Amino acid sequence: MSNLKHFTNGIFRENPTFVLVLGTCPTLAVTTAAFNGIGMGAATTFVLVFSNLLIAMLKNFIPDKVRIAAFIVIIATFVTIVDLVMKAYTPDLYKTLGIFIPLIVVNCIILGRAEAFAQKSRILPAILDGLGMGIGFTLAITLMGSIRELLGNGSIFDIKLVSENAKTILMFILPPGAFLTYGYLIAAFNKIKAKS
Amino acid sequence: MEFIKIIILALIVNNVVLAQFLGICPFLGVSNKVSTSIGMGAAVVFVMALANFVTYFIQFYILVPLHIEFMQTICFIFIIAFLVQIVEIILKKSAPSLYQALGIYLPLITTNCAVLGIAILAVQKDYNLIESVVYAAATAVGFTIAMVLMAGLREQMETTRYPKAMKGFPISLVTAGLLSLAFMGFSGLVK
Repeated sequence: MSNLKHFTNGIFRENPTFVLVLGTCPTLAVTTAAFNGIGMGAATTFVLVFSNLLIAMLKNFIPDKVRIAAFIVIIATFVTIVDLVMKAYTPDLYKTLGIFIPLIVVNCIILGRAEAFAQKSRILPAILDGLGMGIGFTLAITLMGSIRELLGNGSIFDIKLVSENAKTILMFILPPGAFLTYGYLIAAFNKIKAKS
Repeated sequence: MEFIKIIILALIVNNVVLAQFLGICPFLGVSNKVSTSIGMGAAVVFVMALANFVTYFIQFYILVPLHIEFMQTICFIFIIAFLVQIVEIILKKSAPSLYQALGIYLPLITTNCAVLGIAILAVQKDYNLIESVVYAAATAVGFTIAMVLMAGLREQMETTRYPKAMKGFPISLVTAGLLSLAFMGFSGLVK
């Protein structure tokens, strides 16, 4: 029961994107299309799950004073793995996400979960927490990517939803659109949360 | 001429926060007051220029000759974390007044993704040592400009009324969006 709670925690109640407002840089930068959201989300989820797992396993061996440095090395290792794998197998996506793949290292969601959860928990809850947070993040940025792609390009997942010559609001796939969409989405989330 | 181009591009056209989305966390977190924004900005200029200076040597004298470029992420983040610590210790001993002014912002910089991002971008853009440092400094000044502007707007907003659900992050993000829209006017300034 409580294991399930660890898992669902990240998806809604403590959603990293809309409630904790962590990892804002990739959220704003890569959400120009819905598919980018899934790619970035999957990469981040992988790093989250495995760094949580390793940190929970090693928690008794890492001296308290150098724990942040140790966490960063663990996270950076998994980011390097993701980086190399994506470069080899999904070169197009790798090009689109660009600098934000290596920057998963400094994504505060991952270090935040390591510090706040994984270093104090057992292995299974740590994995579930990482998975839940990762899925919460993926859903959030995919939603944001869909909205921006729909308004800015008239499509979702590259499927055109408006007629070919309809005018779209280009601004939404440009930087200002990212800030505006994210702002209004958090506001909407606050409203929903306040009601429930 | 090349330098002027790099500076203008980094400073306003491709503003690090408003166009490239690097360093959003400190941008939203610290931009409450104009004075603290300037302090944070100064610390970032210093650390970013230094980080690019050091990572240049790491990249071209260690990683490339040894063919271990894939270690870039791990090495750079470690160097940056290390540098921030060193800068903090040196400032504390040798320039206590500067330390007083910058001190609280220094630890926050390790988690500023702009520092790592710009170090990696400078390598990707094949800049030489001087270009790389100029690029970092100009980018950091651009970061400071964006933060000071944002802080000014947020100070004004304290007295404004807006819906309760917009309180905190949402209103800041919408403000940043409008600021970013204004900065888009600079695109096309440099060909």
